[in-house]
Amino acid sequence: MLLLCEIFITEYCSICMKKSYQSIEGNLTNDMKQVINRKLTARSLLLGLIFLLTFSTSLFAQDGDPAKGKALFNTNCAACHSLDKKMTGPALRFVEQRLTNDEGLDRDWIAAWIRNSSAVVKSGDAYGNKIFNEYGGAAMTAMPQLSDQDISDILAYTAQEKAAPPANAGGATAQTAAQSEGGISNDLVLGALAILFVLLAIGLIMVNRTLRRFAKANNVEIPEDAQRKPLWKAFVQNQFLMLVVAIFFLLSSAYFAYGYFMQLGIDQGYQPVQPIHFSHKIHAGDNGIDCKYCHSSARVSKTSGIPSLNVCMNCHKSVYEYNGETTAEYSKEFYDAEIKKLYAAVGWDDDNQEYTGETQPVKWVRIHNLPDFAYFNHSQHVSVAGLECQTCHGPVEEMEIMYQYSPLTMGWCINCHRETNVKVKDNEYYTKIHEELSKKYGVDQLTAAQMGGLECGKCHY
Amino acid sequence: MSSNKKYWKSVEELNQDNSSMVEALKHKEFVQEIPVDEFLGDKDTLETSSTTRRDFLKYVGFSTAAASLAACEGPVKKAIPYVVQPDQIIPGVANYYATTIANGHDFASVLVKTREGRPIKIENNDLAATNGSANARVNASVLDLYDSLRVGWPKKNGEDSSWTEFDADTTAGLNAAVASGKDIVLLTQTFASPSTSKLISEFKEKYGNVRHVVYDAISESAAIEAYQNTYGERGLANYDFSKAATIVSVGADFLGDWQGGGFDSAYAKGRIPKNGKMSRHIQFESNMSLTGANADKRVPLKPSEQKVALAKLYGKITGNAVSGNLPAHVEEAVSTAASELSKAGSNGVVVTGIQDVNAQTVVFAINEALASKAFDPNTPIKTRQGNDKAVAQLVADMNAGKVGALIMSGVNPIYTLPNAAEFESGLANVDMSVAFSMKENETSTLCNYIAAAPHYLESWGDVELKKGHYGLMQPAIRPLFDTKQFQEALLMWNGNDMTYHDYIKDNWANNILNGGSWNQALHDGVFVGTSSLVEDTTDSEAEDQTPMDASTAARALATSSSSGFELTLYSKTGMGDGQQANNPWLQEFPDPLTRITWDNYLTVSEADAKELGLDLAPSTFFSQSQHDATGGLNGKYANVTANGVTVTVPVIIQPGQAKGTFGLSFGYGRSLGMKSEMQTGVNAYPLYVNFNPVQEVSIEVASGRHEFASVQLHNTLMGRGDIIRETTLEVFNTKDKDYYNAVPVVSLNHKETPVNSSRVDLWDEFDRSIGHHFNLSIDLNACTGCGACVIACHAENNVPVVGKEEIRRSRDMHWLRIDRYYSSEASFEGDNEKKDNIKGLGSSLSTFGEMESPAANPQVAFQPIMCQHCNHAPCETVCPVAATSHGRQGQNHMAYNRCVGTRYCANNCPYKVRRFNWFLYNGNDEFDYHMNDDLGRMVINPDVTVRSRGVMEKCSMCIQMTQKTVLDAKRDGRVVKPNEFKTACSAACSNGAMKFGDINDKKSDIAALKDDKRAYHLLESVGTKPNVVYQVKVRNTEA
Repeated sequence: MLLLCEIFITEYCSICMKKSYQSIEGNLTNDMKQVINRKLTARSLLLGLIFLLTFSTSLFAQDGDPAKGKALFNTNCAACHSLDKKMTGPALRFVEQRLTNDEGLDRDWIAAWIRNSSAVVKSGDAYGNKIFNEYGGAAMTAMPQLSDQDISDILAYTAQEKAAPPANAGGATAQTAAQSEGGISNDLVLGALAILFVLLAIGLIMVNRTLRRFAKANNVEIPEDAQRKPLWKAFVQNQFLMLVVAIFFLLSSAYFAYGYFMQLGIDQGYQPVQPIHFSHKIHAGDNGIDCKYCHSSARVSKTSGIPSLNVCMNCHKSVYEYNGETTAEYSKEFYDAEIKKLYAAVGWDDDNQEYTGETQPVKWVRIHNLPDFAYFNHSQHVSVAGLECQTCHGPVEEMEIMYQYSPLTMGWCINCHRETNVKVKDNEYYTKIHEELSKKYGVDQLTAAQMGGLECGKCHY
Repeated sequence: MSSNKKYWKSVEELNQDNSSMVEALKHKEFVQEIPVDEFLGDKDTLETSSTTRRDFLKYVGFSTAAASLAACEGPVKKAIPYVVQPDQIIPGVANYYATTIANGHDFASVLVKTREGRPIKIENNDLAATNGSANARVNASVLDLYDSLRVGWPKKNGEDSSWTEFDADTTAGLNAAVASGKDIVLLTQTFASPSTSKLISEFKEKYGNVRHVVYDAISESAAIEAYQNTYGERGLANYDFSKAATIVSVGADFLGDWQGGGFDSAYAKGRIPKNGKMSRHIQFESNMSLTGANADKRVPLKPSEQKVALAKLYGKITGNAVSGNLPAHVEEAVSTAASELSKAGSNGVVVTGIQDVNAQTVVFAINEALASKAFDPNTPIKTRQGNDKAVAQLVADMNAGKVGALIMSGVNPIYTLPNAAEFESGLANVDMSVAFSMKENETSTLCNYIAAAPHYLESWGDVELKKGHYGLMQPAIRPLFDTKQFQEALLMWNGNDMTYHDYIKDNWANNILNGGSWNQALHDGVFVGTSSLVEDTTDSEAEDQTPMDASTAARALATSSSSGFELTLYSKTGMGDGQQANNPWLQEFPDPLTRITWDNYLTVSEADAKELGLDLAPSTFFSQSQHDATGGLNGKYANVTANGVTVTVPVIIQPGQAKGTFGLSFGYGRSLGMKSEMQTGVNAYPLYVNFNPVQEVSIEVASGRHEFASVQLHNTLMGRGDIIRETTLEVFNTKDKDYYNAVPVVSLNHKETPVNSSRVDLWDEFDRSIGHHFNLSIDLNACTGCGACVIACHAENNVPVVGKEEIRRSRDMHWLRIDRYYSSEASFEGDNEKKDNIKGLGSSLSTFGEMESPAANPQVAFQPIMCQHCNHAPCETVCPVAATSHGRQGQNHMAYNRCVGTRYCANNCPYKVRRFNWFLYNGNDEFDYHMNDDLGRMVINPDVTVRSRGVMEKCSMCIQMTQKTVLDAKRDGRVVKPNEFKTACSAACSNGAMKFGDINDKKSDIAALKDDKRAYHLLESVGTKPNVVYQVKVRNTEA
């Protein structure tokens, strides 16, 4: 008992934040005294703990399943905790081991803390209060729903060794090496072939020359080619052919000129380099984040809105590094650097987990530019018509770099309005007008055009 | 981002040792000489060169074409999102905030529409039951926020300064004034603010020798004094004209700025005939005012006669005979008015605008004698508190060197004081002068310190509009400049480290809200409480304020007489007291009566003009005098002299101007803090001696010819009863609709067939019964011509300002105009009769000639005209590129990007509502108005295209607003509510003259109005089937 108590005290004193280590050390003796004064309570607490332990050893003795733990961790803890990094809450790798070794706290304490940390704080628990104060007096969300098994699963997960960094990077370099090797060999083959052909040509010429020399020596007459007109001369002299060619040339150049002029100002495929390499593929594709989570104003406003940086920080406060698939071009270091750019723009000090207040708004390059005289309303298409964003914006979830998928021309708009039926279901606005109009036109389903979607003034004012 | 990295282009540059090369390169791009002479200097080679000049030009042409084709790439546009997006802002969605304007001249509870955090439009606050809806100036006030000539930071003796320096210096200055025993004077506009009053009394407590002088540029001092004498408190009696059946006004322009204005919506309510009744309005006045133009009976008379008339009216109603001389017809009119008032009893009301304590006292007595329901002396209006005597005293004290510190806020006395020179010399004797001002104007530039003041849309504040009726002012945008409001400075001087916001909140919680919710009050912008807390912080010397006897006052009035010409100074609908003179919308706003923009002028009656030689001969084919070849209106100049002050003003002949009188408006002739284009007109304040708007003047013709910019050159209706239909109340009540509002008929198979019959139509009617079908109803009875809709339309639709020169060429861009018509005879009916009696060509020529000139005292009618959105639109059929087409919802669409500018449509429009962009009006130095600078462009509505040169434009029936309503309903999955549809003009019209809506929605007001028996279409005989419907004007002319 006493021994336990001693351990308790010493551990208490030695656990402290790195930065405040010195000062705490300075107060070591005082603290000791204080805790010693509280020996009685501590003792009774410990008694209780031991009592509990005796009854729950069977439960706790079994080890958790790290795989289940990972899932539980991600749903319940990951918003505030990371394994290796201090975030809203402390880093949790080897938490159990650390608490047991350094603080003498066991799984019971951890369970109590997880289920209701504020009760632990209120009970006057020393370490609990310390942690509570260290993290800005914000109580950890109580998780009474977690069973003992869940907790041991989570702890099992936290007790795993840090996985070695994915061998992707090495693999990638190997791949590039292989690729470059392949490139060299191809060139070699091609070069060899070229030399071979040159040699063949020279050989043929030489054979020809030798044969002629033989012929000459043997007085064999080589019949000279009759003075034939060269083909091109004949062609030029044929006026009809020239006329046909000229017409063909003019028509085709007109065709290409028309094609060229019609695509002026249409930026289909426009894919500018953005100040921060934001990958829609990773966000919308790999992680399946809903478009409207970030582009929330698309639901209610005419503009879809470029997400403000505080929206990014909803996730990137905890997602400080990239751990997904990488390629040679887009390595983990590359993506991590881009996240750092976000932090710089929003003024987030990742080390101290606080905002510095120094912001640098991001100047994105605008991709979809409608002219000022055309009115387009996102909410009408997204909320009212229930269109998928991909209908116009293409496979955004596959775009590493965002580009303009549709031509955004008036013909393109009109075409869709002609072909698309208005979604009238469960929309009281359409009830009356749809009934009357569909009767008038004798159709079951009205297209946007029949509803008036082709009128000039619907988009131009 | 700055970086300390060193960038180098070559190794040589990095290793500075070997610097000769680098040095050489630094100075010369090419180290070797370029052999220019070799290929240019040799004349022979040039002449023998195979490249001739023509070939060279060809090469240049090709390469230019090639380069421009290659350059056909869109510019890179940037999109910068918020770092932290405020909760309440969604890009693309407008937010509305309730606030209150209180600039000393205009007071109104308004809503501010903001887009992405910038205010773009002022709208009426429907919750504001207190008088004062947004007039034209209030609607335009949002543009003042973006005035590029605002002072951005404090200035000290003309040099840029800082607020730290300002705070330290002024505090020292105040302490010095206290030490020297001189007065500290606060010379301010009327704030009518409970919190400011509290602050000022605290300021007084702290510094002791403080005087607060309230100064209104256009004073209502006499009325305030009369009210104080009678009811014991400084204020103005309140009137609710909706409760009056008979209104008699003696010189009160109560539809204008009379006693703070804001009476028009109540007045208009009583003007719409309902159950066979409407109010009757008799107006005695000298200038033709907006009020007189709306009156059923208007009696022009001199200001001196107005006093006698009022005295006699009093005599006849109370039975105390009052003697006095009046012309016979006026005498008779007064008797009629008196008998009508007596008959109306408590339903009658009398108001006067005569700046005379006696006159105002007499009016109180008359209204009390009538027990008028419309007259409300218990909740006085607080929006005018100026004290002329105190101002005069201050000027004297300043010159005597008694004033140690003068702090001004919201006033511009050097411009507005008649004795500005005295004020200026006095200002030199003041040890420290501070002006809180948004501009480097006439006064602030003469002060030691200019304290850059924020616009009301950037400020906190509270206003007691009338006793117990409060308004809150809240910022709708972060301050654009480094400004500080007067109240913040007072807090600083008082040593109070609260913000003004907290101070107001505190004051309201303790004294006003009475347990009510601050957040609710702030949300509503208005709060009706019980007690009045605007403490009288002005120190009027305790005079013997014995209640004045009305009959004595009447007798004093009756002695009034005058021999010479009398000038009445007035405030113009568009310009008010002149503080918004740098506002291009208001400069280009046509005066409702003269229809002249960018000017003020002397209004003269035709008889006087002829007598004095102030008129110009009408232009003929051979000579241009009154109008020049482009139609521009010209006028002569006159020298007007009063009390030794002479001003030279252009003259306009104003029908209805009483003979022997002139009118001249305030608000013009400013020169400082103004763009040069905006420096128009003549300053009338030097004539405003003793704050008396009526002055005896002498007049003489001056040389020169003035060029006016008028948007309407045609004055009379010429008996064309199908444009403005009007009738009398008697006819309206007794006769059938066909009598006063008949549908025109055409002959079909020798049978008279109404034009709205489908059988006489060239076109197949499109079925419009499905979906929405928009109509706009304009009630000519309720329209007072105030012009709030004109400015609202400007703000909503990004209508450009074109300037005086362009207006003179009839190139105005107003989408919505309010036509004003005079009658040629005494009444419009007289015109109709005269026209109908024309027989033969000779008679018609001479008669029509006569009918072009309006009567001496004409009837007036206002008619707002915008695109009529004809269902069978003549413009649509002639457009060669189908740029204008018809929507199913009844709107005539205009696709600007499609328009090539042939102007056929304008040519074919019977209503002349199409406007052509002769120039690029935005971002063009030739049109240096708000759209030429980044700040001014912030007012642009992002939902409406800014039109470019060569494009036709016109009223769109605010399709962006109707579409918004439809789209919102779709998004919310609901049907559109009745009366939910609005246009900018219908929303701005607080008089209820303009009603907009969907006629297919039988629950909406418009559905009923369209079929009202007063409803008619403009030029119905043309068969255009417009979607704008007018309501016949009914005049209550019965005696």
